[in-house]
Amino acid sequence: MEIRVEKIRKEFDLYPALHDVSLDIKSGELIALLGPSGSGKTTLLRLIAGLEQPTQGRIFFGNEDASYKSVRERNVGFVFQHYALFRHMTVAENVAFGLTVRPKAQRPPKAEIRRRALELLDMVQLSGLEKRFPNQLSGGQRQRVALARAMAIEPKVLLLDEPFGALDAKVRKELRRWLREFHDRTGHTTVFVTHDQEEALELADRVVVMSQGKIEQVGSSDDVYDRPNSPFVFSFIGESANLPVTVEGGAVFFHGAPTGLSAQRDGAARLFFRPQDVSLADEGPGFTGPVTASRRLAGTRIAEVELGSSEEPCHVEIEVPLDAAASNGSVLSFRPTRWKLFY
Amino acid sequence: MSSRAFKNPISESAPVRLTLIFIVLAFLALFVLTPLLIVFKEAFGKGSGEYVAALQEPDAVSAIRLTLLVAAIAVPANLLFGVAASWAIAKFEFRGKAFLITLIDLPFSVSPVISGLVYVLLFGANSFLGPFLKSYGIQVVFAVPGIVLATIFVTFPFVARELIPLMQDQGTGDEEAAISLGANGWQAFWYVTLPNIKWALLYGVLLCNARAMGEFGAVSVVSGHIRGLTNTMPLHVEILYNDYNVVGAFGVASLLALLALLTLVLRTILETRYGSELSAGQKH
Repeated sequence: MEIRVEKIRKEFDLYPALHDVSLDIKSGELIALLGPSGSGKTTLLRLIAGLEQPTQGRIFFGNEDASYKSVRERNVGFVFQHYALFRHMTVAENVAFGLTVRPKAQRPPKAEIRRRALELLDMVQLSGLEKRFPNQLSGGQRQRVALARAMAIEPKVLLLDEPFGALDAKVRKELRRWLREFHDRTGHTTVFVTHDQEEALELADRVVVMSQGKIEQVGSSDDVYDRPNSPFVFSFIGESANLPVTVEGGAVFFHGAPTGLSAQRDGAARLFFRPQDVSLADEGPGFTGPVTASRRLAGTRIAEVELGSSEEPCHVEIEVPLDAAASNGSVLSFRPTRWKLFY
Repeated sequence: MSSRAFKNPISESAPVRLTLIFIVLAFLALFVLTPLLIVFKEAFGKGSGEYVAALQEPDAVSAIRLTLLVAAIAVPANLLFGVAASWAIAKFEFRGKAFLITLIDLPFSVSPVISGLVYVLLFGANSFLGPFLKSYGIQVVFAVPGIVLATIFVTFPFVARELIPLMQDQGTGDEEAAISLGANGWQAFWYVTLPNIKWALLYGVLLCNARAMGEFGAVSVVSGHIRGLTNTMPLHVEILYNDYNVVGAFGVASLLALLALLTLVLRTILETRYGSELSAGQKH
């Protein structure tokens, strides 16, 4: 099922949560909505589900305009952040809920409902736990019950709100891999919300980076990490450093000194680069400054270098080889090897 | 190793604890247990034959019947109202919500006598509504309808107050989940909301019922004290006592005391069993 979000605007009490957001989701795709809190990612997910009504704009499921359909009519599987399992029902009853509340004419017989519930529990590897109550399960198990429950209504689309948010780090990693396999096996169009970039980059086919109610960039993990299209994406995803520079006559200057970098367009700009994308340069133009701090990080060393004048110093972090002389106070010169300018 | 025993920083020494416990027990015995015992002692003062006779006396039977009738109307009415109000307050955002919550608490802060008086002023002989209703043959004040109205007014916060904090705490997540799975509003309420609040609801109904049966002030104002007609049990106790009918007065009072004890036992069971599912804090 393809989903098309067309110029959606959502206001809560006149405060805009989403500004004219458009997004195309392909059938069978696994998409992550990634952004800091308040970026509107959960609102977008709830709008797709039909749990919120858009102020403006339309949402298509396939060729059908679903904008004003209720969540019941949209037939989406929604997994809530805190799972929202029904605490007074057993695991099997939870999973079967979507089938038991169907109108009589469409409701399968009791035995069939039970068979389907057990089958779904088997699919999420929880066979044998059907008689337990939600409070007798671990966080990871609850998560999978919630997923099985959402799958029971045979949804066209699977929507997950911070699916791993409430789990500890180890279970998180396991479930992440498990969800990817699950998606590949079932082939549902899946959208999940996360604030964890590692999760988004590892799991999703495409990542939608959001900030302040807008979509900043949509692309594969490689796209958003290697070719960020805005200062926000560059600084939000991965580590990065940025410096104020000016471009004159095709050369990039920092605090009046040539940096050895060249650019097409003249004017004031900000130079972005990642800590690992630098090479130490003892000769020629570059960035030079004293090391103010250095720390060992697994196989590399990170050095914090102070650049610019002493009145308005800029601190950047770069990765240096372990054998480089980068103790506090020593002076380092480097040049970014991969970088980007934002005017 | 220090030879001194470890002293728990937040616990008092044994003599202090024992003294405090003794004071509490003495107070309880003096102010709660003794009156309760005296009720039963006086009720059975002339033997159990007299006791049974006092309860079978026609005016007493009529008072018991009226009390049960009033509770049978007031409690379900407040159950419906309480669920509806707490549903609206906990699950929706609307203007004037804080005002509505204050309004629900009003009967707690108004003296019951005043609430009774309001109904007399509203439906009495010199009011606007009184003569109007009377022309249709409906008597409100000094009759059963007035007693029911006053009782509903006085007991109306109990269920709502019990449910509002619990439902606010539970939020709308479960209902959203139910609806996203295809349930309609009624199914979401019946299969999801109601089971989530059932123990708190029962608790509220219990308190509501105890108050409905025991209410004196408001009912006294609107009742008119017509023996055999508009006397509820608490009013009947007062009348008998003023008539120096000690066995009769304490006999009926013993029934109210039994109701209180039963409520207490059920309350304790609910609190120990389902304490976590009742609203946290906010107990009256």
